[in-house]
Amino acid sequence: MAKTIIPVGPYHPLQEEPEFFKLHVEGEKVVGLEIEIGYNHRGIEQLCEQKTFDQVPFVVERICGICSTSHPIACVQAIEDAGDIKVPERALYIRTVIAELERIHSHLLWLGLAGHFIGYNTVFMWAWKYREPVLDICEKLTGNRNHYAMMKPGGVRRDIDENDFPWVLKEMDKLVPALDLFKGAVLDDPVIHARLKGIGVLTKEEIINYSALGPTARASGVAIDVRRDHPYAAYDRIDWKVITCEEGDVFAKAVVRILEMYEAASIVKQCLKKMPKGEIDSKPKEIHPGDGIGIAEAPRGEVYHFTRSDGSNRPARHKVRAPSFMNVPTNHIAAVGGTVSDATIVLAAIDPCYCCTERMAAIDNRTKKTVLNSQDLIRLSQEKTERIRKQLGK
Amino acid sequence: MAEDVVGKIKNKFTGKIIKKTIKKSDKRVYIYINPANIVEVINYVFHDLKARFQIASGIDTPEGIEIQYHFAFDKLDRIVSICVLLDRENPEIDSACQGIKAIEWIEREIAELLGVKFRNHPDMRHLLLRDDWPKGKYPLRRK
Repeated sequence: MAKTIIPVGPYHPLQEEPEFFKLHVEGEKVVGLEIEIGYNHRGIEQLCEQKTFDQVPFVVERICGICSTSHPIACVQAIEDAGDIKVPERALYIRTVIAELERIHSHLLWLGLAGHFIGYNTVFMWAWKYREPVLDICEKLTGNRNHYAMMKPGGVRRDIDENDFPWVLKEMDKLVPALDLFKGAVLDDPVIHARLKGIGVLTKEEIINYSALGPTARASGVAIDVRRDHPYAAYDRIDWKVITCEEGDVFAKAVVRILEMYEAASIVKQCLKKMPKGEIDSKPKEIHPGDGIGIAEAPRGEVYHFTRSDGSNRPARHKVRAPSFMNVPTNHIAAVGGTVSDATIVLAAIDPCYCCTERMAAIDNRTKKTVLNSQDLIRLSQEKTERIRKQLGK
Repeated sequence: MAEDVVGKIKNKFTGKIIKKTIKKSDKRVYIYINPANIVEVINYVFHDLKARFQIASGIDTPEGIEIQYHFAFDKLDRIVSICVLLDRENPEIDSACQGIKAIEWIEREIAELLGVKFRNHPDMRHLLLRDDWPKGKYPLRRK
């Protein structure tokens, strides 16, 4: 019998990222899925073999705009593991601060896109609005909104300025009410419940068999988090907890990500308050021969870097594994059996990764005033939610 | 406790199977085994010892094609890599992905980038390289 196939890709219509899903459908139901990747293969592992150990963190930083500090952290940790290099305490704290800021802006980005995918653009605009101040903090501390270029084997490249700390702490405090807004408004929203609950479910056993990672695993009750399980940077010196949910559906993944942002904000604040003084770089001179493994918890799960040093100044082999490599195959389980309309958000629920750094504000050119301020937008969206609630009889 | 998992692997597979063990540090152990026994060792580590499969790294070395299957013991803060060395001219090994879905993609990747043949793999299509990539050209092989 002839199959009906709905192609999603190779350029994903919403995710703006090259990947190709072929949905096999019978009526509205998805009965099979083929995943094709490789449209974005750039040969970075091979390229790394031609770079010196100092240059490799720059190359791997360019794997992804959003995880642009998780890859370098895992990479320098792999090199430090191979060469038995110590890292000064202050550098460990700085690494933690940057990594957690990245987690907040990445989760906000996903949340906004998730809203966009289900046709709920208010969430999209809110989430990206609150992401901006986080990127401003990144810019203040590191000089860049993304691609911070802070990591190097043995420490960090630049110190962060303690004069900025009070401002950053204030901005972090301001973020919490915004997260409360999401937690309350988004998670109570009847439309979001209707669209996300009970779809794309992954069980504990499936997560383990696919070795899925990060919020995808934690939303199915698999409490793995590299930050706690294989402590690196300053995570074992800070008080925080691993967030898990049991349901395994898309809604649970959203809950995990929202609650993780509270933890991340708290980690940043604790690090800034406890920031030790001293050196930021142990200035290693050479990497002796040996294998090294570096792992870091990126916003999407564990990033894995393996490096082999033969005693020269370049890696003989540098292997990279991003979390999506393990998470994307779970779509075979999550999307099959559901409907075509749910497939869009289910395929995006694992938060496949890409970067966007544009910014925009609507300003009336004559009066130079912002057309709608944030209070106006929030009021409008709350009114709309009320209308929907009434229509649904809830 | 942390020593237990390596001890258990060593006890279970003494003799011909384990060739050498390198203890890089308390948290990193590399166990080199006979390639013929890869499936039973990996199944033991994954299913019985409940390790999480992280990834496999294929490396072209002067001695041959090396594959390291990395497993994380998350509760013990330890990574154990099961390593094999294959003949460079004719690298072939049994696929370990029966019953462990996580291994399926990386075996496809190693096959196309390093030219390793995985016996009994259910789907040996290209993963990253394009479909009409020339036969016998392996990007991560050294010249």
